[in-house]
Amino acid sequence: MDAVIFEKMRVELDGRLVLEDISFRVRQGSFLGVIGPNGAGKTTLLRAMLGLVTISGGRIEVLGRPPGRHGAEAHVIGYVPQRETIPRTFPASVADVVMMGRLCCKGRTRILSRHDWEEVRRGLELVGIESLAERPIGRLSGGEMRRALLAQALCSGTRLLVLDEPTVGLDLPAELEFYNLLRRLQHELDLTIVCVSHDLLALAGQASELICINRMMHVHGDPQHVVHSHALREAYSCEFDFLAGEIAHHDRAGGAV
Amino acid sequence: MLEYVFFQRALVAAVVVGLLCGLLGFFVVLRRLAFIGVGISHSAVGGVAIALLAGWSPGLTAAAFAILVALGMFWVGRDRRLSEDAVIGVFFSGAMALGLVLLSMRHGFQQELFAYLFGSVLAISGGELIGLCVLSVVLGGVVLTVFRELLFIAFDEEVARAYGRPVDAMNALLLVVLAITVVAGIRVVGVLLIEALLVVPAATAALWTLDFRRQVAVSMGLGAGSGILGLVGSYTFDIPAGGAIVLVAVAGFFLSLLLRRAS
Repeated sequence: MDAVIFEKMRVELDGRLVLEDISFRVRQGSFLGVIGPNGAGKTTLLRAMLGLVTISGGRIEVLGRPPGRHGAEAHVIGYVPQRETIPRTFPASVADVVMMGRLCCKGRTRILSRHDWEEVRRGLELVGIESLAERPIGRLSGGEMRRALLAQALCSGTRLLVLDEPTVGLDLPAELEFYNLLRRLQHELDLTIVCVSHDLLALAGQASELICINRMMHVHGDPQHVVHSHALREAYSCEFDFLAGEIAHHDRAGGAV
Repeated sequence: MLEYVFFQRALVAAVVVGLLCGLLGFFVVLRRLAFIGVGISHSAVGGVAIALLAGWSPGLTAAAFAILVALGMFWVGRDRRLSEDAVIGVFFSGAMALGLVLLSMRHGFQQELFAYLFGSVLAISGGELIGLCVLSVVLGGVVLTVFRELLFIAFDEEVARAYGRPVDAMNALLLVVLAITVVAGIRVVGVLLIEALLVVPAATAALWTLDFRRQVAVSMGLGAGSGILGLVGSYTFDIPAGGAIVLVAVAGFFLSLLLRRAS
């Protein structure tokens, strides 16, 4: 079954064509990496998927419904935004921030129950930061902060996880650790993952499928196919020489990046 | 002084407004709405002028006018070509200018205008006080009910939207509650100083703790405490009540700053 379907999707922002003719499908339980150079429209693609921008053509279906039409079921989609820092003085603990992810499963009274706090605790355990529950959210390291946002996205029966540059600003060990965690959660929770990054190499080693966009779809397939395709060169155009060197390096390292 | 009914009423009014402003102030400081607060309070002058000319209730008219101005700022502020502070500047100066022009058409209103500019908590009536208490309980209840929604929006508006949270409705609700709170507070400390009750206790609380529950409690406590101490000081030294209340709050801020720097 397909968790996400894009058909000839097109987005214009302020009269400017940002994305066109985007078609792909994401199977339930797979990990799709979306790559492309800076300004390629990757974030817009995610925002369209989440119902945050109106599409001007084509069709999107997310878990069987159009984006933003999940009503009381909105919580089955978890979203980890691109975020490098959180203000040091933000007055909430890690547990409180994770709890925000459960607000969409509450009724109008918004009264939190013991069950909600148990789910928050479970979310923190899933990402391995239960010991930080009471720490102010602004006082975490970059890696811990990403885990907290991941817990927020996972604490409400999430089936589809959408991530926008989740490792930007992290050093290489922290980035690897984050992707390993993501892959473990993918299997443990049977999650479908859609992850955007400009970092081709990081995603190529992790995702089960890649698509490369630069306003248009350039290529869709398994990472090895995408990384060596001619279309990638088109998408990244001038950046390709630089990339080619890094890909060669990546291959020599046996794909262990 | 406690034997005087007017003083008892003033004390209750100052405490209630201090508690409510302390609660709202948490979001004013967190979401950087301080300038919106100034804009709403000063635009209330326009509402007061309309009320005085038309012979309507100044409190209700000012509240309605302040809500309209707040929502106007909200809607126009969504235009991405404009920065929020510029929009606030337009609305707030426009509303205040309207008030001044309207007031100039009739003579003899200066005294009443002064009561709104500087507050007149010692003149509050029993009926007004009951209204103020009921209003504060309702507004406080509304804010506490949606507290975590507002906190979520402050943390990440985009994610809140992605999860289907009613972000626009919540932002509008916060502004409406803020507008009513400002107008209620004008009775106590006046147009020129109400901003202090919204910002100073909450900013002081932010110096002490990073837990929002404690911040809100400290902020509300400081708001109420400033009201009590300020009124007592006002009576003892025969100085204006509004100014005295705000000076106490500001003194608390600088004292906290010193203590927190030292520690």
